[in-house]
Amino acid sequence: MKVRLKVWRQKNAESPGGFETYDTPDLNSNMSFLEMLDVVNEDLAGRGQEPIAFDHDCREGICGTCSLVINGKPHGPHRKVATCQTYMRSFKDGETIVVEPFRAKPFPLIRDLVVDRKSFDRIIQSGGFISVRTGSAPDANSTPVPKIHSDLAMDAAQCIGCGACVAACKNASAMLFVSAKVSHLGLLPQGQPERDRRVMAMVTTMDEEGFGSCTVTGSCEAVCPKAISLDFIARMNRDYGVALIKGEPRRNQASEGGA
Amino acid sequence: MATLNSNIPAGPLGQKWQKHKFNSKLINPANKRKHKIIVVGAGLAGGSASATLAELGYQVENFVFHDSPRRAHSIAAQGGINAAKNYQNDGDSVFRLFYDTIKGGDFRAREANVHRLAEVSVNIIDQCAAQGVPFAREYGGLLDNRSFGGAQVSRTFYARGQTGQQLLLGAYSALSRQIGLGAVTSRTHSEMLDLVVVDGHAKGIIVRNLKTGEITRHVGDAVVLATGGYGNVFNLSTYARGSNVTAIWRAYKRGACFANPCYTQIHPTCIPVSGDYQSKLTLMSESLRNDGRIWVPKKPGDRRSPQDIPELERDYYLERKYPSFGNLAPRDIASRAAKQVCDEGRGVGETGLGVYLDFSDAIQRLGEDKIRERYGNLFDIYHEITNESAYRTPMRIYPAVHYTMGGLWVDYNLMSNLPGLFVLGEANFSDHGANRLGASALMQGLADGYFVLPATIGNYLATQKPDQRPKTDHAAFKDAEHSTQSMVDRMLSMNGKRTAASFHKELGKILWDYCGMARTATGLKKALELLPELREEFWSNLRTPGNASEMNQSLEQAGRVADFIELGELLCLDALTREESCGGHFREEHQEDGECKRDDERFAHAAAWEFTGVGKTPVRNVEPLVYDEIKMATRSYK
Repeated sequence: MKVRLKVWRQKNAESPGGFETYDTPDLNSNMSFLEMLDVVNEDLAGRGQEPIAFDHDCREGICGTCSLVINGKPHGPHRKVATCQTYMRSFKDGETIVVEPFRAKPFPLIRDLVVDRKSFDRIIQSGGFISVRTGSAPDANSTPVPKIHSDLAMDAAQCIGCGACVAACKNASAMLFVSAKVSHLGLLPQGQPERDRRVMAMVTTMDEEGFGSCTVTGSCEAVCPKAISLDFIARMNRDYGVALIKGEPRRNQASEGGA
Repeated sequence: MATLNSNIPAGPLGQKWQKHKFNSKLINPANKRKHKIIVVGAGLAGGSASATLAELGYQVENFVFHDSPRRAHSIAAQGGINAAKNYQNDGDSVFRLFYDTIKGGDFRAREANVHRLAEVSVNIIDQCAAQGVPFAREYGGLLDNRSFGGAQVSRTFYARGQTGQQLLLGAYSALSRQIGLGAVTSRTHSEMLDLVVVDGHAKGIIVRNLKTGEITRHVGDAVVLATGGYGNVFNLSTYARGSNVTAIWRAYKRGACFANPCYTQIHPTCIPVSGDYQSKLTLMSESLRNDGRIWVPKKPGDRRSPQDIPELERDYYLERKYPSFGNLAPRDIASRAAKQVCDEGRGVGETGLGVYLDFSDAIQRLGEDKIRERYGNLFDIYHEITNESAYRTPMRIYPAVHYTMGGLWVDYNLMSNLPGLFVLGEANFSDHGANRLGASALMQGLADGYFVLPATIGNYLATQKPDQRPKTDHAAFKDAEHSTQSMVDRMLSMNGKRTAASFHKELGKILWDYCGMARTATGLKKALELLPELREEFWSNLRTPGNASEMNQSLEQAGRVADFIELGELLCLDALTREESCGGHFREEHQEDGECKRDDERFAHAAAWEFTGVGKTPVRNVEPLVYDEIKMATRSYK
């Protein structure tokens, strides 16, 4: 099979970008989408042109490095998979495929299809953890966790931090990402002591980073490669409300440094 | 010749680590603040080490080539993490975990290191549970376990099929907390391209910023490399595409010894290769072997679909050959057995390079729901890639490169022969001998980072005065930056005809053909003729598009492939020199009924290679392996 690609090319954040059209060499329908891009890039390099820059690493849907908006959908046509788990058999011979980067203000473009998602790291750094010094932990079985809570925490903890939720959202909201971490830790007994300050700090940072608000359209859940549920956003809103009423200090007013 | 002093503490095995911790130098809190430690990598080992060193009060600077410290390939580990908790009351103990690991490594690992690993394994689980790692639990709320290859007890803790992800996110959260507190400076998109050695001590690194192309110098009182394994030397492997040998290879070229490069692990349960466009192979967790049964048709060339082959005409070869371990035989053994039946013409699938992993008995016994709960995400992955449902038809699997037991040589303190250079996790050589058991990599990465290095690094730092740290305008820094820059310039200016990717493919094929699951002197000698030719062609016919002052993924790849080609030569030389079979290193000349035949007289040692120049034969240093508490035995899983 062969396809025609319309790919977003942009040298860097300062230069203007635009779509370029490439006809692919012969492809095998069992190739992954990224393997197809490898083939196109080898072809471009062979002809003395600069290959298309795109992010990828594990190629098995777990590292969260790959991105791409394919025909208008973050991570392509299928639900519950990342771009790296998308195969060419999902496209028709001769089809035109439009490939764009994840677009959102808090994800500045680096080159072509590569964007910078450090804003996610900064949200985690502001509170996405349980403060436990190495060596200070009690025996793991001294704190039983009901299986139902642990399973639900695991559902949330599966988030791979790819940013598709933000790319899909018309408001570039990061609520699904943040709520997954808030819920994962908030569901476990170990996460209770910091539950209020965690949600306050992470939501504050999320706002500061320029992510938009949630209007519950659900596009994030629809494109999430791990099918993280919208329910977690509701859970986070409840936690945030409770923390607000209890008057938990916001991150910047916290009396101690969290150490 | 390098000096290899393993620094194993004296005393009975079970007391060495406690005693060593007591005898190790402490740095007082006021001085800790003055010491700066460079950590390269943020996988399980690098992430946990960075976080823990910062908690102790050291200044830490962490470097990753990824866009975030949460991306390292530790994240892809599926099955689980071992710990000698004996929560199942099935006869496990620290000593049994120690013994299983030493035996699993075919008596080619260092006894004292492995015992320490087994001791701290229990603390790891406590630490991770406290961080909020959502381990699988029983209805009573306590932790669940499962059994894994090479063990007859259930000591593996897991979080669905995503244990590596959850443990890594735990370490990442601990690291993130320290970054937020300002105790760790995190540098992402930063690839280490050289090690700076000042007066024989590792004192810094040279880094290229992958976004801007800028090359910078970084100084520290010690350098910690936790940069993972080198399995991508084979091109096709279960590693992430970005995993590379560059950091430890360039340290090797600055004087650190590279130990046992030929100990590579071929994992038995991966999805078979389907075409030459393929960029990576996908692992199906070994945990599947708990419930899946492996078989091939008894008759060579039997092309019937699996459902049409009656029970009597199937060969459950692992159960037949290894009745006591059956489908749970260790990885090296299971992989070789799969190769054997395929060589006999009994392989399945289009290419004939595959065996069945069949769940129909388990589905009948436990029901489809139970199987879905245990392995659902793995069955999903299998379906995405092959378009087949493993609930209906057996999976097809074949061995693939998965892990490397070799790495930079380290002593008991995890310090290399270069003072000040510490090496953790898969990047070092110390704990798995010639074969790693399932669920032991996560254990080692976290043991090194959370518990070992933080206790041992003081022994070195106590000898270093932070106010006498060299400055980055020292000649050694200038020299290292210059050599990095000239390599970058050379790769960009050659303007040849072949891309780095095409060289990588050719390299991988040479290694898989001549240095894969079965190795011979003839084959290895052939590879050692082909590889220098490949290296010369690389350096005369490479084409790297783009320029150095911006993001240039072709340039990144070219540098990594250059190092892989040189490593390939060392790997084959090590495999040729080790005239015995042990663990993952199988020399056809040395076998007994198809099983590994070790030569303890001549090879009960670690071989630590010392660089003497590109294309020149390196020096082979030897660290004898001394077993005080256990007897070396023929490994049997029958």
